[in-house]
Amino acid sequence: MSHQSELIEGDISSYLKSQAEKEFLRFITCGSVDDGKSTLIGRLLYDSKMIFEDQLSALEKDSKKFGTQGHNIDFALLVDGLAAEREQGITIDVAYRFFSTNKRKFIVADTPGHEQYTRNMATGASTAELAILMIDARKGILTQTKRHSFIVSLLGIKHVVLAINKMDLIGFDQNVFQEIDKNYRTFAKDLGFHNIESIPVSALEGDNIIEKSNKTDWYDGPMLMEHLETVQIEEQNESAPFRLPIQWVNRPNLDFRGFSGSVSAGSIEVGDDIIALPNAKTSKIKEILGASGKKNHAAFGEAITICLEDEIDISRGDVIAKLNERPETTDQFQAHIIWMHEEHLLPGRPYLIKTNNQTTEGVVTELKHKINVNSLEHESGKTLELNEVGLVNISLNRSIAYDSYTENKTMGSFIIIDKFTNSTVACGMIKFELRRASNVHWQAVDVDKKSRSKQKHQKAKVLWFTGLSGSGKSTIANLVEKKLHAMGKHTYLLDGDNVRHGLNKDLGFIDVDRVENIRRIGEVSKLMVDAGLIVLAAFISPYRAERQMVREMMDKDEFIEIFVDTPLEICEERDEKGLYKKARSGNLKNFTGVDSAYEIPNDAEIVVNTVKYKPEDIANYILKWMAQ
Amino acid sequence: MSLNHLQKLEAESIHIFREVVATSQNPVMLYSIGKDSEVMLHLALKAFAPGSLPFPLLHVDTTWKFKEMISFRDKIAKEHNLNLLVHINQDGVEKGISPFTHGSATHTDIMKTVALKQALNENRFDVAFGGARRDEEKSRAKERIFSFRSETHRWNPKNQRPELWNIYNTKINKDESVRVFPLSNWTELDIWQYIHIEKIPIVPLYLAAKRPVVKRDGQLIMVDDDRIPIHENEQIKQKMVRFRTLGCYPLTGAVESKAATIEEIIQEMLLTRTSERHGRIIDQDMGASMEQKKQEGYF
Repeated sequence: MSHQSELIEGDISSYLKSQAEKEFLRFITCGSVDDGKSTLIGRLLYDSKMIFEDQLSALEKDSKKFGTQGHNIDFALLVDGLAAEREQGITIDVAYRFFSTNKRKFIVADTPGHEQYTRNMATGASTAELAILMIDARKGILTQTKRHSFIVSLLGIKHVVLAINKMDLIGFDQNVFQEIDKNYRTFAKDLGFHNIESIPVSALEGDNIIEKSNKTDWYDGPMLMEHLETVQIEEQNESAPFRLPIQWVNRPNLDFRGFSGSVSAGSIEVGDDIIALPNAKTSKIKEILGASGKKNHAAFGEAITICLEDEIDISRGDVIAKLNERPETTDQFQAHIIWMHEEHLLPGRPYLIKTNNQTTEGVVTELKHKINVNSLEHESGKTLELNEVGLVNISLNRSIAYDSYTENKTMGSFIIIDKFTNSTVACGMIKFELRRASNVHWQAVDVDKKSRSKQKHQKAKVLWFTGLSGSGKSTIANLVEKKLHAMGKHTYLLDGDNVRHGLNKDLGFIDVDRVENIRRIGEVSKLMVDAGLIVLAAFISPYRAERQMVREMMDKDEFIEIFVDTPLEICEERDEKGLYKKARSGNLKNFTGVDSAYEIPNDAEIVVNTVKYKPEDIANYILKWMAQ
Repeated sequence: MSLNHLQKLEAESIHIFREVVATSQNPVMLYSIGKDSEVMLHLALKAFAPGSLPFPLLHVDTTWKFKEMISFRDKIAKEHNLNLLVHINQDGVEKGISPFTHGSATHTDIMKTVALKQALNENRFDVAFGGARRDEEKSRAKERIFSFRSETHRWNPKNQRPELWNIYNTKINKDESVRVFPLSNWTELDIWQYIHIEKIPIVPLYLAAKRPVVKRDGQLIMVDDDRIPIHENEQIKQKMVRFRTLGCYPLTGAVESKAATIEEIIQEMLLTRTSERHGRIIDQDMGASMEQKKQEGYF
């Protein structure tokens, strides 16, 4: 900024005017601890005069205390924020840095490079338009360079800078530089980058960062800062079809009804014919409110509120498009997802899927393949672990309007949220919708659940017994069924004995199979309830999420969760089938209570205590509860 | 024609405000009467126009704020017909907590951090907007825009939710809450430029004027009322000073300055280059003190 000092001192008004019209570039830096990434960012901040005097003195103090550069300033300390990181000397999360030059304002997402933090890189890349990949000139292209490139490409970044660093340590050798450049271009040819710029630098010494190095006469490309200031980022979103995902309906009084949202692509004018999806209602734009009041025209990036000519029903999550450029709607699509949580993906488990402004429930119906982020090879698998990438089919419980991620990042992106912990467990990029070969429509039949139940003089329902192995679920369920039968009720008991040997004999006891086991039992129970029966299901069913899934398959009041609350010690003491003994000795894996968790129900309708009460009393209690 | 950097920041902040109002039960905006709060308020009014603000403002009053801040606060609230809640930790008042007798750390903890938690708990707010920016301080550079807090309002920097694109995970369990920072991506210079362009009113203390100050521990402390004990070796002097940041008057150092307009402030800022929080005494206790305070629930 110092070269601007004269203007700042002489004519601050003109200076401010010239600064108000800056462009904006967001980029991400990728590299490992040793590549000098933090040093590079520290250098960019330092050389663009974004370090204040007091920070500089603190930096000098810190450099002596924690630094790795002897008595020289350690620029890396400038950007390593958290106390834990300072101790370990590594960056552990995404950090955002800011600097500006006369041409542009920059936001840098600084993300760590080691393997376990792929999710942080994806996070940083999601909002970036350019990526700087750090290469140690002595080491060339490493596995992690490939991994970073793949993630950057997956998140749709089109501009890559290969910062070939530590050139000072190889004597600024032109051949090494050219070799790395050539190898990288060969590797990256299928990653869809529009532009790759290789620059020989020394972050530590400052060569080719801001000023041209006198040690690289053979290099005639741009300096790093020069490139960042001038690279043209095509704003494909400006000419793309207009999309306004509705965020909020603004209705302050009876005279005003506006639809607020941020324009994710294209532009619109007052008078344009529009359509609101997925319900396909049409109208015309009557008024546009921008950040500074009424206007006739709005375009990509603006946060606006629009009013329509007609009173049509539009709510949060709907998308407004021009009548002749409407997006597709679907409830099933194929997408790449990156798993971001310690608890792995469970295909079949319902998760929340948050697309732009819209939260729906959805399941991963199929994992087509995993992608090895190091070799880019496709691998088969049943689940995705933390930091794994996969191509999956997803089915939603209602239709959404979408564009593919390559066409429109906003319309084609989503996050996956765990329904119980509320953690963000994955992010996804929509590829295309899945068209079902034939749409299976639910047959509307005249004889229905109500009439079938009525004929049997009962209310169809599911009594779902959950608890540890040996807690007494089956014993109690048997007794209840006998008593119901004696009362003339039509019942059916589902338990491990009649399900595991037939319907679910292909399933084991790993997590994915446990989920599928419960899903199938849930579906069978649902059909039986539809047939008017009282179903008794006695299964350990250790996870809250799956019990909730079955609950949601049924109508209200049809699902009665009965928690057979017997402490582990008692179950283990009883150990009628000798299973605990086997599990404890290591001969039985994934045994609930021993090496697999049981999640206690929070809102069971009935909780029974088998320590205090006899099965007979408990069965009577359940019948009494049902009669109420 | 694409948006320039201030227009992009403005649009992003408006988007954040609307997302919170569309997905939360009971949001509140923390209003500190500083310049960032004024920018935040200005953006919120834009986000919900032509309607009025769909949430209240909360000011945690430590009872040691500059007098001019309080009168400015009340004027702004009246002008925009805002629902302004003021919370004071009465317990602390009864115990006579003061930065002079108890030190800055204890005072800040009881009258600010504890008071804030009291107000959030009493009103059962599930989302609180704050004006923090990522460029202010190193530990903030890593904080999410939607920053999740436990039942006890703690921030866990190692367990932050990944935040991708502009899709924010707003889901929380009972008694948990979210701090939302719509100004995360603004820098101090952006804030001043925006105040300049949009002509946003700010507390006059930001502008240089003759004010009574004493020099203490290398800082210029303004004599805002007679609660400040004047030591024998100290002299109250009238000096042209202004404040780069506003808080409790005994804890906020003034800088000598002649900058009496917004343009001159920006000019001075660009030419002197001392970072913003330098005037705040609480940051200088130890290396990572802000991070520690944040973990405990300080904003």
